[in-house]
Amino acid sequence: MSAPPALEVRDLAVEFATDRGILRAVDGVSFAVAPGRTLAIVGESGCGKSVTALAIMGLLPPHARVSGSIRLAGREIATLAPEERRKMRGAEMAMVFQEPMTSLNPAFTAGEQVAEALRLHQGLSRREAFARAVEMLAHVRIPDAARRARQYPHQLSGGMRQRVMIAMALACRPRLLIADEPTTALDVTVQAQILALIDELKRETGTAVVLITHDLGVVADHAEDVAVMYAGRIAERAPAAALFAVPQHPYTVGLLGAAPRLGRAAGGRLASIEGAVPDMARPPPGCRFAPRCPFRIARCAEEAPPLAEVAPGHASACWRAPLERILEAAA
Amino acid sequence: MWIWLARRLAQILPTLLVLSFLIFGLQQLMPGDPALILAGEERGDPQVLAQIRAELRLDRPLYEQYLHWLGSVLTGDFGFSWRIRMPVAELILEKLPVTAQLATMAFLIGALIGVPMGILSAVRRDRPADWAANAVALFGISTPNFWLGIMLILLISVQLGWLPPSGYVPLTEDFRQSIATTIMPAFVLGTNIAGVLMRHTRAAMLTALSQDYVRTARAKGLPERVVVWKHALRNALIPVVTLGTIEFGRLLAGAVLTEQIFTIPGFGKLVVDAVFNRDYPVVQGVVLTTALIFVLLSLVADLLYMAINPRLRHA
Repeated sequence: MSAPPALEVRDLAVEFATDRGILRAVDGVSFAVAPGRTLAIVGESGCGKSVTALAIMGLLPPHARVSGSIRLAGREIATLAPEERRKMRGAEMAMVFQEPMTSLNPAFTAGEQVAEALRLHQGLSRREAFARAVEMLAHVRIPDAARRARQYPHQLSGGMRQRVMIAMALACRPRLLIADEPTTALDVTVQAQILALIDELKRETGTAVVLITHDLGVVADHAEDVAVMYAGRIAERAPAAALFAVPQHPYTVGLLGAAPRLGRAAGGRLASIEGAVPDMARPPPGCRFAPRCPFRIARCAEEAPPLAEVAPGHASACWRAPLERILEAAA
Repeated sequence: MWIWLARRLAQILPTLLVLSFLIFGLQQLMPGDPALILAGEERGDPQVLAQIRAELRLDRPLYEQYLHWLGSVLTGDFGFSWRIRMPVAELILEKLPVTAQLATMAFLIGALIGVPMGILSAVRRDRPADWAANAVALFGISTPNFWLGIMLILLISVQLGWLPPSGYVPLTEDFRQSIATTIMPAFVLGTNIAGVLMRHTRAAMLTALSQDYVRTARAKGLPERVVVWKHALRNALIPVVTLGTIEFGRLLAGAVLTEQIFTIPGFGKLVVDAVFNRDYPVVQGVVLTTALIFVLLSLVADLLYMAINPRLRHA
């Protein structure tokens, strides 16, 4: 029997009590990531991908109600006491956020902020931790790391700050790295460098990566597996190659159509998906994508489709999957 | 940094010059003739009045009076009190330590109560601890000092007999007695500061706690205590320090009512007596000293600001 996945999430649900009633931001999400692999979670803003990430980390505000199972290397962490959970953060699992400009504390130097995790989890002295932090900063290719370590975030560029965040996240060699849109706020050239860096560190340390993004180009280049989320649920889950070759959910088909591609779209309009994301406090019954779906049938509006395998390792939550027949018929 | 400091110091002089003009000018608007007050019983005698006026240069044009005063001040001579017949500088040096002691104690009380309370209420936002802290702050801000002072004297000095109701013993004379005579007025002044600081600390902490870097700190696995007291507080303190310095400056300017109630011979009492007696040199000297303290404190505030906010250090 093989080793348990680095991360296994089963039936994860997150609810928030709001003025307008209970909002189910994440609804029955399941996936797994093996060590040294990258799972991309793709979807529009508000689909629940960041909430899923924060739920795994245990960083949701106290009023959020989380249910389901989260296993880290086989160990159930969803039911751990907050204090136990805290000790795992930064050591066993770490997270890099979207906004490098605001995610570092302006009042402390880059080195101090990386060293802090090392002192906490590995019990290093202040001096040892700082020396290790400089090494980590050099490792994430910050030039002149010894000098940069003594600088404050405002003295660093956006790309460099994100490298500091990555150094901080990986300082204690966690089993799991969650990167929530780590490059959205960065220049295109820097984006590529940062993602390449994450890939490289992943190969080197065997860390499992959950890469949250809305950029399908990023998915194609950096992820082995993909989970497409829509309105709090997983619409489709597949190896990246299969997802791009034969998408099995109408929403994925729409996303692929809406993804700008160089050359092809030149002169033409960008395709888009008609309609808007449903109101999460009052989701439609049945399939949540049904109101926007060009392939919908009567059943879609009544009964929510389960996430079912249509090919080995390829699951889709659609009554009409596999879609090839419909697409061929339409062509 | 050094250039900045030099520039800031260079600004002090013109600031004080403008202030000196304002102080002198505003005083002329006060009703009442100092010569009449000083003449006392003999106020009916025009000769006595003329003599007094000549002696005090009150018969000279205003600009001449102003320039004469300014010239003396620049050489360190604050003049003589018309009333008490003592050099103004000496009076100031005598009263300033009293007020400084009272101000420091009041500020410490205010800061030690207000800042932790503000942090606590931000961390426990919308829960009983927050409500309680807000109620205490409201009490501190809205209770008039004279009322609280009188109530404390009635309760602690008259009823319980724990502390002397009034008077002042210098620190150098008897440490315990000195603290005993100043702790009540310091507490009265401190409750006000505590209220103000609590409200501002709470607001600044709430802002800091909602920042991305706090989430990063939590993602690192830091205990909540470190997240709050190190990561959030360091940033929240920036506005609080500025406010604290201003409050401290206000305390140093003298707490008129509180000093009167507890008969503490400080700055507040000195300036009020001087105003009532139209003792212009004393009023001018005290107000100018207060202004100087304020200007210096704002410099200290800026330096503190830079110490806790690295973004300003390299600007």
